[in-house]
Amino acid sequence: MLAFLIKRSANAIFVMLSVSFIAFMIFRFVGDPVELMLNEQATQEQRDELRNRLGLDEPFIVQFGTFVSNAAQGDFGISFRNQQDVLGMIAERFPATFELVIVATLISLVAGIPMGVITAIRRQTWYAEAMQFTSIIGVSLPSFVVGIGLILIFSVWLGWMPAFGRGETVDIGWWSTGLLTHSGRMSIILPALSLSLFQITLVMRLVRAEMLEVLRSDFIKFARARGIPARAIHFRHALRNCLMPVVTMTAMQIGGLIAFALVTETVFQWPGMGLLFIQAVTFVDVPIMAAYLCIVALIFVLLNTLVDITYAMIDPRLRGAEK
Amino acid sequence: MMLHSPTVLEAAESAADPSPAPALEVSNLTVEFPTRRGVLTAIDDVSLRVEPGEILGVVGESGAGKSITGLAVLGLLEAPGRIAGGEIHVSGRRVDTLTEEELTKVRGREMGAIFQDPLTALNPLFSVGAQLVETIRLHTDLSREAARDRALHLLREVGIPAPEERLRQYPHQFSGGMRQRVVIALALAAEPELIIADEPTTALDVSIQAQITTLLRRLCKDHRTGIMLVTHDMGVIAETADRVVVMYAGRMVEMGRVEDVIHNAQHPYTKGLMSAIPSLHDRVDTLTQIDGSMPRLNSRPSGCAFNPRCPMAGPRCRRDRPNLVDAGPNRAACFLHEGGTQ
Ligand SMILES: Nc1ncnc2c1ncn2[C@@H]1O[C@H](COP(=O)(O)OP(=O)(O)OP(=O)(O)O)[C@@H](O)[C@H]1O
Ligand code: SF4
Ligand SMILES: [Mg+2]
Repeated sequence: MLAFLIKRSANAIFVMLSVSFIAFMIFRFVGDPVELMLNEQATQEQRDELRNRLGLDEPFIVQFGTFVSNAAQGDFGISFRNQQDVLGMIAERFPATFELVIVATLISLVAGIPMGVITAIRRQTWYAEAMQFTSIIGVSLPSFVVGIGLILIFSVWLGWMPAFGRGETVDIGWWSTGLLTHSGRMSIILPALSLSLFQITLVMRLVRAEMLEVLRSDFIKFARARGIPARAIHFRHALRNCLMPVVTMTAMQIGGLIAFALVTETVFQWPGMGLLFIQAVTFVDVPIMAAYLCIVALIFVLLNTLVDITYAMIDPRLRGAEK
Repeated sequence: MMLHSPTVLEAAESAADPSPAPALEVSNLTVEFPTRRGVLTAIDDVSLRVEPGEILGVVGESGAGKSITGLAVLGLLEAPGRIAGGEIHVSGRRVDTLTEEELTKVRGREMGAIFQDPLTALNPLFSVGAQLVETIRLHTDLSREAARDRALHLLREVGIPAPEERLRQYPHQFSGGMRQRVVIALALAAEPELIIADEPTTALDVSIQAQITTLLRRLCKDHRTGIMLVTHDMGVIAETADRVVVMYAGRMVEMGRVEDVIHNAQHPYTKGLMSAIPSLHDRVDTLTQIDGSMPRLNSRPSGCAFNPRCPMAGPRCRRDRPNLVDAGPNRAACFLHEGGTQ
């Protein structure tokens, strides 16, 4: 177990260093932040003073070292645009994105797994075929089209849910949650749905493929020979053997969803990290872009580790690997 | 039930058992696979019987239809395969007409199964104890604790050491031989009258094969379970079975007591099979080898399916189909024994 942890950590550190290098390169080579931050009339002294304050006059490797050590302590510098602490700005936006992604993930699992099971065990029924067909539409519609469609139907025509924003939020420590207020819950439905639609399809198709595979296996045949009823065969014996890839995919996709949330957040004006990033791109606010990259990478790395741990929980074969 | 039918009186050793019904009785079974290019008949007019406490060996080359016969009995034929004719009775109860739901209650309870590969027969994600308790509770009214005790008892009975500990372990922690013992324990969980064992030793090491066949034999005699032992290994049959059915291309070609079939084979195909057993090579006339291979399902010759490979084949063999008739101590499907010309 210890060896496993050390290996994982070494891996994680290597990945994070690579990503921060890329982030830093962007930092370094996208435009001249000094030009962007100061107006036309600024004097040379003002420029030099700012350049010095931002550490831009140091040699490359020193700058990278400073960047990494600062980043490791959560210091990503200050925003070029409004001179605020970058980490603070991201931390403020993080809960919105996180809640959106988690709700979208839950929706995709709650809808996708049963749909996958049904399409696998009830092949050739009209409803299984219908789900299969709808799922093709699900993968091929771009997320912003789905978002706009949902707004049109549920906000504009039916007026059931708000078209944008996060509703009222409640602060719990530094975390601001929208899940505790009615308007917050109503607001998250449409963006989460639009973000999860693609996901539902992925989960459904994965579960279906895995189920079909597992149902052909010997232990299912033997379970039937033991007299285990169909329901227990499908949901106890087969489904559980399909969960491993679903867990992997879900975890990997959470990272993907955070990235995808860019689009959804823009469509629904959802005040999350994605929206912050998009705004940062428009203003070439490099520290925010760099910080965003590093944080998303960190989330990916953490999720990966979590996947391995969950694996061991589901599959006894991986549990005692050190024996 | 105290009714004594003549068949029970014939089976002298089962005289102590009041139950008149054979563990398994298959009559005129036909199994078909409808395909796009016509219906393929995988099993053609097979009739066999397994008495309680008896091991019936079923042998034949790969593709002879041994497994399909077993699966048909268990009601586990995979679509589009279907029973197209005949009847199957398990302990006197007709099972080939049951619905899937009714079959679920018969499987495991009245007939159990052991399949070839113990490595893949157990669900890898559940402990051995969980799978045993699940099966036991499904077929009995035992409480969880009582079912656990029974599981322990079963593991002990199939010869697994330290059963208390083993109960908590997962399939991957067992060796192949031990896993096959677990599979046997699972098949025995509800004391079925019949066990279909399809190549139970083929995937195991030779040294372990003997242990498993000995175990099967003991269980069969102790519990008076009827076992249909499917294999293509005549050696296993010789050591384990009481009677033997030889199958070729979906039909029975010979049937008889094990020593008669081995030492006094009547059908040309069985004679060829016997020569393939190394331990029997001391016999003088066993150097005959069967040339060629069994015809595929979609290209079976007319007449006797064995005629292209048979050294004795005559014109009638290519035209008519031989039925099982008395042949020496056995029954064989071959015109040589019908008295007429081949
Ligand atoms: N789904 C299917 N569709 C068509 N033919 C099938 C199907 N399943 C089996 N068969 C055919 O049925 C015949 C009997 O197969 P079976 O599995 O019973 O052979 P076997 O005697 O058990 O051989 P082995 O020793 O290889 O296990 C074979 O010719 C096989 O090709
Ligand atoms: S019937 Fe003819 S072909 Fe068939 S086994 Fe007998 S002799 Fe050979
Ligand atoms: Mg077989």
